[in-house]
Amino acid sequence: MRIYQFSEQPYPDAWENPSIRVNLASRAMDPKVMAQNYHDRLDEWLLADELGLDIMINEHHATATCCCPVAAVPLAILARQTKRARLLTLGYPIANRLDPVRVAEEFAMIDVISRGRLEMGLVRGVPYEVPLSVRSAVGQMDRFWEAHDLILKAMTSIDGPFDWQGEHFQYRNVNVWPRVYQQPHPPVWITGRAPQNIREIAERGYVLGTFLSGFQTRQLFDHYRKACADLGRPAPAEDRFSYLGIVAIAQDRKEAMRRAEVMVGYLRSSGRVAEPFGTPPGYFSVGDAMRMIKARGARGTTTRDGKFVDTHHGAIEDLVKAGIMFVGTPDDVYGQLAEFIDNIGGLGHFLMMGHAGHLTHAEAMEQITLVAKEVLPRLNARRPAAKAA
Amino acid sequence: MEGASIESVIEKIGGLDIEIVRRGRGRPVLFLHPHIGFWGAGRFVDAMAKHAEVIAPAHPGFGRSALAKGMTTVDDLSYFYLDLLEQLDLRDVVLVGASFGGWLAAAIATKTCERLARLVMLGAVGVKLGARDRTDVVDIFATPRSKWEEVSFHDPAHGRRDYSALPDEELQAMARNREATALFAWNPYMYDPKLFGRLHRIRIPTLFLWGAADRFAPAGYGRGYCAAVRGAVFEEVAGAGHFPHIEQPEAVAARIAEFALGKQLEKQP
Repeated sequence: MRIYQFSEQPYPDAWENPSIRVNLASRAMDPKVMAQNYHDRLDEWLLADELGLDIMINEHHATATCCCPVAAVPLAILARQTKRARLLTLGYPIANRLDPVRVAEEFAMIDVISRGRLEMGLVRGVPYEVPLSVRSAVGQMDRFWEAHDLILKAMTSIDGPFDWQGEHFQYRNVNVWPRVYQQPHPPVWITGRAPQNIREIAERGYVLGTFLSGFQTRQLFDHYRKACADLGRPAPAEDRFSYLGIVAIAQDRKEAMRRAEVMVGYLRSSGRVAEPFGTPPGYFSVGDAMRMIKARGARGTTTRDGKFVDTHHGAIEDLVKAGIMFVGTPDDVYGQLAEFIDNIGGLGHFLMMGHAGHLTHAEAMEQITLVAKEVLPRLNARRPAAKAA
Repeated sequence: MEGASIESVIEKIGGLDIEIVRRGRGRPVLFLHPHIGFWGAGRFVDAMAKHAEVIAPAHPGFGRSALAKGMTTVDDLSYFYLDLLEQLDLRDVVLVGASFGGWLAAAIATKTCERLARLVMLGAVGVKLGARDRTDVVDIFATPRSKWEEVSFHDPAHGRRDYSALPDEELQAMARNREATALFAWNPYMYDPKLFGRLHRIRIPTLFLWGAADRFAPAGYGRGYCAAVRGAVFEEVAGAGHFPHIEQPEAVAARIAEFALGKQLEKQP
């Protein structure tokens, strides 16, 4: 079991706007404040490395909720400055990128500088990334898989250049230097929610990424397990599964609850986007698009007992019951995580949003320390077989 | 305001199942619908059919028409229509394109005017005329639904609909139209960088009809577009926004009949 420290590197001072994605003017940011934010987050990741946690980076564009439009930048810094942590990006929105070979080059360099610690996450990206993309969402998954195929071929071709003449991408003389450190290539992670996507991830044996899906995560993992069974393969190990949840932890339960109230600002604000950008054409199936024209549905999940919880507006208690937030003392968080992991049938990678919103640097540092010292060892002691392979 | 329901059939054209509206008799008028499909076009089709044989296909990917794999550009659509003209053996065609359909009409006519007699551009898009750091026409993908009618119509009431009450067929057509528009017009948004330089190849009498209250593609854009087509005439339509065929169907049909059908058809040298 690995736990990854994650922050979206937000700029929460601008979260009070009606739309904090796509069309929010960057005038709303003070770069001096943001500089400190970046430094604080990097220091938190350095502490995570020191204390035995791993590291997760993501990227979004044109938003105050995640001010990391280029995941390669913090990855590059951390590749040099950390000693042991796995460096996960989850991930690169490769269907929106124009240049998959450049992706392969960035990944290769980070993998070599970190001496083989890159975990290579590829994502389709949320709907509101599409309005920022040169390419529309029509045929996005086709493009995703072609980009994936090209990136992997570019990384694993070590006998000189090849040409790529695909439907979506065309290249001459693809020849990636440096050669990747991890052979034949760094581990691949892909996020998925639709059964067909999960099947495609399972067929390739990749790590399945799931975010904030609560107790519904069990169904998502079951799609993966079933795909393996259908292929006549052994049951997938726990290290094929990852889940992202929010952790608010303190020695004192009241303080943890206060931190949860601060951190939940992420959930409250992250879906705040001007209407036309939330449902880009081609992103959803025609059937789903029809339902969206009629009425917009709330995004949510269910508690273990089947109660619907609105991901963006639910009360903290409900978000804890739903397995989206893990809140309390180290004992509480350990207990909640253990129960959640058992319910979803095992987990190899817990992606911990350990910093969000206006949580201070000092608070984030304390959270990382508590999780590293008082939660992770107990989870691993409880399930010695689940220790990272 | 009537709905999208125009009586249509499915015909095999260019190897694809294509939804097509056919009305009236006489000289063929090939109507190329805008990005919103057939919606609101019923009265215009009826009015036009009093003078001519109206043939109005849903473009591949729109309405109920199939989309061929690999079709991703308006250029691809224009070749589909060249096939259609041959397959239906249409001659002396009056080609009428509205908005996105006007872009398509220009893409066809710049390839060959062999089977065409007249071209009518209704609030047509498809070329880039203005500054490079802003779009010439309104970005519908960045326009809230609540603003869409204001941008599109002289009288926004024309466009207002109770989406929750629409039948499934209509919702499906809307969803497909939106998706197809993104496929063909996402970026470069609503134009082909190559088209402007090819407009000299339009060698038939051409009429630009522009809604006087077009807030989607302003009249200045229409005049600039018109000026690049040799001998083309620009006229405004009073009481209309971006879709004159929806807001002034009878007046637009009458003007097209006068322009394209009232005189002897002669090709320009």
